Amino acid sequence: MSKPSLKQVWEWLDAVPDPEIPVISLVDLGIIRDVDWQEDTLCVTVTPTYSGCPATSIINLDIETALRDHGVEKLELKRQLSPAWTTDWLTDKGREKLEKYGIAPPQPAGGPKRCPLCGGTDLEKISQFGSTPCKAHWRCRACAEPFDYFKCI
Amino acid sequence: MADKLNKNDALFQFLLRLGDNTLVLGHRVSEWCGHSPVLEEDIALANTALDMIGQTQFWLGLAGEVEGKGRTADNLAFLRDVWDFRNLLLVEQPNGDFGQTMMRQFLFDAWHSIMLGRLMKSSDQRIADIAEKASKEVAYHLERSADTVVGLGDGTEESHAKMQTALDLLWPYIGEMFVGDEVDAEMVKAGVAPDPASLRDEYDALVGRVLADATLAIPDSKFAHKGGKTGMRHSEHLGHILTQMQWLQRAYPGATW
Repeated sequence: MSKPSLKQVWEWLDAVPDPEIPVISLVDLGIIRDVDWQEDTLCVTVTPTYSGCPATSIINLDIETALRDHGVEKLELKRQLSPAWTTDWLTDKGREKLEKYGIAPPQPAGGPKRCPLCGGTDLEKISQFGSTPCKAHWRCRACAEPFDYFKCI
Repeated sequence: MADKLNKNDALFQFLLRLGDNTLVLGHRVSEWCGHSPVLEEDIALANTALDMIGQTQFWLGLAGEVEGKGRTADNLAFLRDVWDFRNLLLVEQPNGDFGQTMMRQFLFDAWHSIMLGRLMKSSDQRIADIAEKASKEVAYHLERSADTVVGLGDGTEESHAKMQTALDLLWPYIGEMFVGDEVDAEMVKAGVAPDPASLRDEYDALVGRVLADATLAIPDSKFAHKGGKTGMRHSEHLGHILTQMQWLQRAYPGATW
């Protein structure tokens, strides 16, 4: 096959869902740091969200599976720790999708802006940690529903 | 020691110290899984343990690379015996009650966050990169453990008494964090890591501030239990941890899933 363009590869990766929050893609999550052809080998550089995130190995597997399905034969996955992943790298599209899905997107102020369910702003933190390493647990006092907040780091 | 320690050996030992701290404490904290006082705390402790085990994979992975004998992070975690572990005595101490666990976590997080901050400027780029990643997670751990220590210390009469007992019990394990040896001297010389003693002032200021908010009294004694980071004299607790942590790889060598 001829080498697909880098733009094409980014589009393919943007169709690979995050295994734990499938509403956003790996590109939305901001963990794909670089895509590059080194002669006939496609190098994809990935950074982990959290050191112990159990999804890391699944993510690598999903990237490999997706690109192989699109006919990429020679593939190298590189791990990059620095600069450390930050929620600033979440795409705007990703933030919108998170909120629609019921997860409040990260805010520089350190807490959710509004309840992703009813839009209420009278909120309280239940726990600094949540159902995955990247989330905290909050509650809306207006609708009384608990919700996930994507931690800002 | 008759033989002079070479730089590579020292670097290997230094990385084991970092990785064994997070491995042993990560395992200890994971013992709470399913047993915490409330669900939110259970999740928080499990997440903290998970971060520490993740950091262990980086530190011990690099240690194996530096050693150059083909040992992986898993080999180092599951196939060494007590005397080859290099963690601080503090992190192998039993969980006790929830307050004691959070006090131990706070006393460690405070040191850990300062240490990682310094390591971000390490002359060894691999160490600086891991420290940068880990320090973001540890800042979060510290925020939580400090808040919890204040909440319980400045809480009810009973919670205050439990936290003071925990502090009195654990304080003698603090001194070991700041005692340097020939491994540290070699790391300082190479610009890899700071002199452990140089962290003490910042530590005392941070811990002093939080414990004052928690209305807890820092014990007078300067006595320090030592022997964890050198591996010379671990407490009996480490062996018991390893029997749990390592039994699967010992019983079924090389088992994978």
